[in-house]
Amino acid sequence: MRAFDYVRAARIDDAIAALADPDTRCLAGGTNLLDLMKGYVEQPARLVDITRLPLADVQLLPDGGMRIGALAANSDLANDRNVRERYPLLSQALVSGASPQLRNMATVGGNLLQRTRCHYFTDVAFDACNKRRPGSGCAAREGPNRIHAILGASEQCIAVHPSDMCVALAALDGVVETRSRSGVRRIPMSEFHRLPGTTPERDTELRHDELIVAVTLPPSPFAAHSRYLKVRDRASYEFALVSVAAALDLTGDRVRDARIVLGGVAHRPWRARSAEQALVGRPLDDAAVAAAAAAATEGARPYRDNAFKVTLAQRAVARALREAAST
Amino acid sequence: MTTALAHVPPLIAADNNLTTSSTPRAADPGAPRRVRLSVNGHDYDLMLEPRVTLLDALREYIGLAGTKKGCDRGQCGACTVLVDDRRINSCLALAVAHEGHRIRTIEGLGDAAELHPMQAAFIEHDGFQCGYCTPGQICSAVGMLSEARADTVSAATADVRRRGPVELTDAEIRERMSGNLCRCGAYVGIVAAVRDAASRMK
Repeated sequence: MRAFDYVRAARIDDAIAALADPDTRCLAGGTNLLDLMKGYVEQPARLVDITRLPLADVQLLPDGGMRIGALAANSDLANDRNVRERYPLLSQALVSGASPQLRNMATVGGNLLQRTRCHYFTDVAFDACNKRRPGSGCAAREGPNRIHAILGASEQCIAVHPSDMCVALAALDGVVETRSRSGVRRIPMSEFHRLPGTTPERDTELRHDELIVAVTLPPSPFAAHSRYLKVRDRASYEFALVSVAAALDLTGDRVRDARIVLGGVAHRPWRARSAEQALVGRPLDDAAVAAAAAAATEGARPYRDNAFKVTLAQRAVARALREAAST
Repeated sequence: MTTALAHVPPLIAADNNLTTSSTPRAADPGAPRRVRLSVNGHDYDLMLEPRVTLLDALREYIGLAGTKKGCDRGQCGACTVLVDDRRINSCLALAVAHEGHRIRTIEGLGDAAELHPMQAAFIEHDGFQCGYCTPGQICSAVGMLSEARADTVSAATADVRRRGPVELTDAEIRERMSGNLCRCGAYVGIVAAVRDAASRMK
């Protein structure tokens, strides 16, 4: 690891002031950043330790929504009484990620900013990675690319976002709240993570001088019928090949509203709106489930080694919907 | 007890030659600085570079070599320690960031004269072969039982909305211990040891 300076922020404003320096990065759980620093993928000149800031509260709001502090540990959020009751999808997604030790360290803000686990990005022995070295190419397009994107990729980058939590937050219409010297900004989850396009070095819409302070969730009609299904190469402690956050608002046997968001298939949580539309107003019968599953991968463009993800995603959507309905 | 270490070994002599950034630096901002750590009830006064991990501080600077370095990248769990009674990977933690926290390592759980119940259970049930992952397994298991007593959920929990005591089935133990890999494959003994210790420590 390259040497760096370390400062500890006592107040939120101290952290924001420190971020004026483009070579300064926030240190929270450290589970992703320190790993990347050990691999020389990230080489900040200075870390500002924000872990002592009062941003770990998880609160129920008067309207029945929630406000989740950016420094809430993944494990604490998963076990929060109100999250378990009102947003079980989020709790399920959180406990399906990483390991118990890592979840005790990792924070909500850090999880939002997780970087891809694309092998070509995380290993500096590969010269070609537009995300790590803009303009250098994309080794994944021609190399082994079993874990890579099938949706929304570009000529420049076919990496996927690794988070489980973010897939659930996207399904639950979360909003990321940031602070900077220019004030407070609220960015919907649907806009927070970017598609790679021609600038894959930018994962999110967060500006460098902004600090994530919270994620807010509106009241959810999906608590009774939701399911986070994660499919991976081993039973636990592994990133998703494909994951599905399925959430249903059922009235009688009909679907009043639905959310279907895929993980492990794109550069951001992939909301399958046409799949949702295939369900709304209909009974959740086999035909509706099949239509939604097929629609979920509309526009998919697999690469040499990951065509299996198209079928896998469709089957995972079907299973997640059936399990969500039966909970 | 305060232990002032007179000789601080250099961790890494020079930057890896992959480092190419031309960022101008202040006068050696990464230089060692005073870091105070509380480990197993003792206070240690150290001089550490900010980049020294908690794992390296424990092993190389304090001399507590019970905590093991496996992957050093958060993928194996061999470095698991308890910080304020919660299990974490000490390889992905900076020592400087843990001032003021209560750190507990395998050396703080028990010793040969008086084993911790989890240590005794690992011996009784052959919860290891080579033993390298064992300190991490045991610290992790101790943290896991605290979590289970607090009614936490896991990926093996059927319904996260249902509240109530956690039933530590083998499936729950395996999922909740999944952050600790054992290359010898002693998992059958590990699960038996954790199951037994859980019932004894109730």
